[in-house]
Amino acid sequence: MPAVSKGDGMRGLAVFISDIRNCKSKEAEIKRINKELANIRSKFKGDKALDGYSKKKYVCKLLFIFLLGHDIDFGHMEAVNLLSSNKYTEKQIGYLFISVLVNSNSELIRLINNAIKNDLASRNPTFMCLALHCIANVGSREMGEAFAADIPRILVAGDSMDSVKQSAALCLLRLYKASPDLVPMGEWTARVVHLLNDQHMGVVTAAVSLITCLCKKNPDDFKTCVSLAVSRLSRIVSSASTDLQDYTYYFVPAPWLSVKLLRLLQCYPPPEDAAVKGRLVECLETVLNKAQEPPKSKKVQHSNAKNAILFETISLIIHYDSEPNLLVRACNQLGQFLQHRETNLRYLALESMCTLASSEFSHEAVKTHIDTVINALKTERDVSVRQRAADLLYAMCDRSNAKQIVSEMLRYLETADYAIREEIVLKVAILAEKYAVDYSWYVDTILNLIRIAGDYVSEEVWYRVLQIVTNRDDVQGYAAKTVFEALQAPACHENMVKVGGYILGEFGNLIAGDPRSSPPVQFSLLHSKFHLCSVATRALLLSTYIKFINLFPETKATIQGVLRAGSQLRNADVELQQRAVEYLTLSSVASTDVLATVLEEMPPFPERESSILAKLKRKKGPGAGSALDDSRRDPSSHDINGGVEPTPSTVSTPSPSADLLGLRAAPPPAAPPAPSGAGNLLVDVFSDSPATQPGLGPSPEEAFLSELEPPAPESPMALLADPAPAADPGPEDIGPPIPEADELLNKFVCRNNGVLFENQLLQIGVKSEFRQNLGRMYLFYGNKTSVQFQNFSPTVVHPGDLQTHLAVQTKRVASQVDGGAQVQQVLNIECLRDFLTPPLLSVRFRYGGAPQSLTLKLPVTINKFFQPTEMAAQDFFQRWKQLSLPQQEAQKIFKANHPMDAEVTKAKLLGFGSALLDNVDPNPENFVGAGIIQTKALQVGCLLRLEPNAQAQMYRLTLRTSKEPVSRHLCELLAQQF
Amino acid sequence: MIGGLFIYNHKGEVLISRVYRDDIGRNAVDAFRVNVIHARQQVRSPVTNIARTSFFHVKRSNNWLAAVTKQNVNAAMVFEFLYKMCDVMAAYFGKISEENIKNNFVLIYELLDEILDFGYPQNSETGALKTFITQQGIKSQHQTKEEQSQITSQVTGQIGWQREGIKYRRNELFLDVLESVNLLMSPQGQVLSAHVSGRVVMKSYLSGMPECKFGMNDKIVIEKQGKGTADETSKSGKQSIAIDDCTFHQCVRLSKFDSECSISFIPPDEEFELMRYRTTKDIILPFRVIPLVREVGRTKLEVKVVIKSNFKPSLLAQKIEVRIPTPLNTSGVQVICMKGKAKYKASENAIVWKIKRMAGMKESQISAEIELLPTNDKKKWARPPISMNFEVPLAPSGLKVRYLKVFEPKLNYSDHDVIKWARYIGRSGIYETRC
Repeated sequence: MPAVSKGDGMRGLAVFISDIRNCKSKEAEIKRINKELANIRSKFKGDKALDGYSKKKYVCKLLFIFLLGHDIDFGHMEAVNLLSSNKYTEKQIGYLFISVLVNSNSELIRLINNAIKNDLASRNPTFMCLALHCIANVGSREMGEAFAADIPRILVAGDSMDSVKQSAALCLLRLYKASPDLVPMGEWTARVVHLLNDQHMGVVTAAVSLITCLCKKNPDDFKTCVSLAVSRLSRIVSSASTDLQDYTYYFVPAPWLSVKLLRLLQCYPPPEDAAVKGRLVECLETVLNKAQEPPKSKKVQHSNAKNAILFETISLIIHYDSEPNLLVRACNQLGQFLQHRETNLRYLALESMCTLASSEFSHEAVKTHIDTVINALKTERDVSVRQRAADLLYAMCDRSNAKQIVSEMLRYLETADYAIREEIVLKVAILAEKYAVDYSWYVDTILNLIRIAGDYVSEEVWYRVLQIVTNRDDVQGYAAKTVFEALQAPACHENMVKVGGYILGEFGNLIAGDPRSSPPVQFSLLHSKFHLCSVATRALLLSTYIKFINLFPETKATIQGVLRAGSQLRNADVELQQRAVEYLTLSSVASTDVLATVLEEMPPFPERESSILAKLKRKKGPGAGSALDDSRRDPSSHDINGGVEPTPSTVSTPSPSADLLGLRAAPPPAAPPAPSGAGNLLVDVFSDSPATQPGLGPSPEEAFLSELEPPAPESPMALLADPAPAADPGPEDIGPPIPEADELLNKFVCRNNGVLFENQLLQIGVKSEFRQNLGRMYLFYGNKTSVQFQNFSPTVVHPGDLQTHLAVQTKRVASQVDGGAQVQQVLNIECLRDFLTPPLLSVRFRYGGAPQSLTLKLPVTINKFFQPTEMAAQDFFQRWKQLSLPQQEAQKIFKANHPMDAEVTKAKLLGFGSALLDNVDPNPENFVGAGIIQTKALQVGCLLRLEPNAQAQMYRLTLRTSKEPVSRHLCELLAQQF
Repeated sequence: MIGGLFIYNHKGEVLISRVYRDDIGRNAVDAFRVNVIHARQQVRSPVTNIARTSFFHVKRSNNWLAAVTKQNVNAAMVFEFLYKMCDVMAAYFGKISEENIKNNFVLIYELLDEILDFGYPQNSETGALKTFITQQGIKSQHQTKEEQSQITSQVTGQIGWQREGIKYRRNELFLDVLESVNLLMSPQGQVLSAHVSGRVVMKSYLSGMPECKFGMNDKIVIEKQGKGTADETSKSGKQSIAIDDCTFHQCVRLSKFDSECSISFIPPDEEFELMRYRTTKDIILPFRVIPLVREVGRTKLEVKVVIKSNFKPSLLAQKIEVRIPTPLNTSGVQVICMKGKAKYKASENAIVWKIKRMAGMKESQISAEIELLPTNDKKKWARPPISMNFEVPLAPSGLKVRYLKVFEPKLNYSDHDVIKWARYIGRSGIYETRC
């Protein structure tokens, strides 16, 4: 290639770049660049044509500016012009600019493609290479479409220069990777394979890369390459390094090419032809032999190159997995590396050994290094190497050394890095389970695991323990005993509490005979941990308690006391509350027989793939080339490892392990083991309890709506009969509100949404929200008939001087409402002053020619503008005393119209808008609330107190506000609600 | 509570580093450099939060002053302190350049010790500081006990900003009303936003501890004082101005201002900023810019800009500069102007037109032809606004000083003996007209 001569250097560019480098601040740099851009623009715009040199210089400057991060939106044309130059440097800069800056949808792409085509067609190898590089660098789909057909032709043409072939092969590789569908397969593929025989090593290297990539998709098309590759490899390996002058790297002949050839061979199974195979084995042996030779150089590059080939050879040997002799030799070689000074080598050796361990031939050989590996786990300074060591230990583990490895890993866990703890925990759990000879050892190991690294024990691990303990009768007693002992530690991990809770709940009876672990002792031990645990654990413990009631009837009273405690029954967490309520009722209502059925021992779990193993695989991700990846292991290797899957004694219905304990699913209220019959039983048990928690369950909308069914004493026509013609409904001529209006209004004092009115023709729904003194209400008018309503006009009327108290803005609605359709009207409401009467809603329309009209009270009452206020008891009483004037107080004593339920009352008071203040009134039965009524003109503070008297079914309601009418009005409104 | 204070040069090298609290580690210095000074994207917010540490910075001639804290401090206080710190440094050694900071680093550390104590701002009054932090270290040896005790009583006393026992032969005071007017105007001449931020700066050379009273034509003050005569209210009401908000120097008695709306104070010696204020109503716009931009085809642009001065013909505006932005693909510019000098500055992508002086009620015009290079992307030019700089000898807010009375009961000079000077200067802030 023609070198850039000294005279060709661009002085202007150098000056510009040094100017930029010398800029003291970003601003100065931007100024300099702006100046240069303006200069280039004026030069490009200028009338006299630029010569090639200056064009090249300016394009270079633009490129530099672009690389600094500024936008360049001109100069493309000049760059394209450079492509047609005959000077190498100018062409090169042109291509450089285009490969960096051109975007594929540019109009210039046609010009560029044309220029590239010309260069490809030229006989000048330098120009051809430049064009190929440009195609590869851009690598866009458009480029592929334009040239994918040409490049294979250049690649296999007999008269192409070596350097061109090399570029063409790499360019094709790039295009193939970018868009595989564009590269046509054809007769050229056969000839590409023969490039492996090329004289020029560069061409061979490029071709191997291309073939490796291509053969992954069509292995059959390239099958012939195996023998060619083997012969090439043997020629390189056996050559004295002096043979390949240019391609010898620190005394290693063509290391890159060798590695690539070995990789290519890994795409195919071992060659069937005995001659080829013999030659290959010979090569591999030579490589292994060479590794034993003393190094020819002390330079790190020499050993790197040599080891690269060695490791690639070993992976090929592992890939073939058919030459016991080679496998053992490889293993020994790696064993030497395990104690090498170089950290990277140790890492690689451990990693390769992991795969070796899974081969039947080398497994035993790997096992001999166990002490070295354990030592590495303990002493290695690099965490990634320690991780590999742990992987290898896991891979080489079988029944003979399981105990040793598990105990080593457990010991290591105490000091292990946080990043790999969870993985090690999973591995220990799997190994312990897989190679467990006696299950007491397994239980010990897992409990140790939880003790040492509780935070890293994932759900799956302790689920698995419970599954195994449940399924195997022989360990249940031992497990209960061990867990009981473990729980006696002053501080134990929450996972331990979970396991303990579950196992004692199931099998606590097995150790109850011992006075040291009598039922009350078991219970108090568990309960001592209860308060320190999270909600999920507590829920589990509650289930354990109810199981205790079944197992040990003598603990019933104590446990019921715990369940009855306010901290359970009124727990903020719905799940806990529900469990407490239901278990309490269950224990007090159900007979012992029923209890025994409901709380029977858990049936054994169905056997399936260990959830831990699944998790470990997920964590490793696909393609982790270790023994964990079962896809690379033939099924026989399990037997080699001597692993025994624990077989279940019985099989019951499958259920995913995640809800093993029923913790995840929110609704299951029954005890976890609840068999199918228990559900009905529970329903019966609870059916006689009073209407429960209105706040919790989905508010019974249907019931609410049916309540609202209009009583309709008169026929709808009579109700709607209004003689006034609906010509121009002025506010004056609206009729009086319908008789039920007040009652309908009362429904909405504590609610914001619902059905306001309904008859055979029309249904009016309300949805509203209020904030401070503003509110927005959506009215939904539904036409229940199949006939269109004509002249439909709802209006809001303010009776009396309400206008000055409340501003209601209405949006117009369409005057026709189709049959079955619903229209929506938005009202914006602003409370100006306190008011007593609600505004009226007048609806007029023509139904089948007959005018209809209807007047309702709009559900806007003063309490909608309530702002709840939280205050302490002290503040409340202080304010209460401040409002002690007789006219500020309104009191009413009235009889309850509805059942006196504390929760319902609470919900109503909250719906009314006031804040409920706990712990204010000395009598807990009483309700105390506070709030501020927000109006535009003024704010009215308001305090209320409601004293229910359950015996007399009476309430006393006292309200104190700063304004007399407000007190009375609120008192009346609220009194009607109870 | 400021945890620490750092000063960097433009490269991000630390010039000054003073840590006041233990929660600020050494790595905070680097965090700011990496995340703000060397940030890939320009950081425009003056407050940056990095790893629960807040950095408040101001830039002064390419140097960065950064205050660091881990607590939830009042950001306005921190910035007020940083500005004050800049003022103090400027008062000691002039421009805050890298060179000056390096030459005076001992002094700066000394100042930092004095004006911040455990991160709490202390007395930052230049006049007071200069009495005990001097650039001549030897002087303190010669200070008598009396002088030392005087410093103590001043620093710890009620009036920390003024020394006792100052005497001048000529009692003189100077008052400058400095305003900067900001404007955004639509091409049709509609005012989109306008406000004036002003300062009243005073330089006093008065003997003793004089009590001063400052009066201006603020609407509230005038209405309050003019209650008696309705006639006067209507007359002065026309000239009075509405001040949106104002802040005072610490010497002003705020209680008196709250109750009587009168500004009374004992001034510190030499220069200080008496008050700062902002107005948004009835602003006098000294200049009107009338732009006319015509696009002739894809490759040419014609720009004509007329400026009109809109104040008394007897006044002279100075340092007028009009900046007309040019499109990013400008390849050549021809300019013709009747007055002043105009030039295309490629490095700033703008035509800069400078006029030295211009009397009121005049107008002047510039026209330019801009040649454009056709570009690949079809993005339209965003047409940034035309901006303007000037200086006029009037207060665009309309503020007038009504009186400044001086009372010194102990020494025998009266208000009449004091020589007073007042001056108004209106400068342009961001004064832009869209085109």
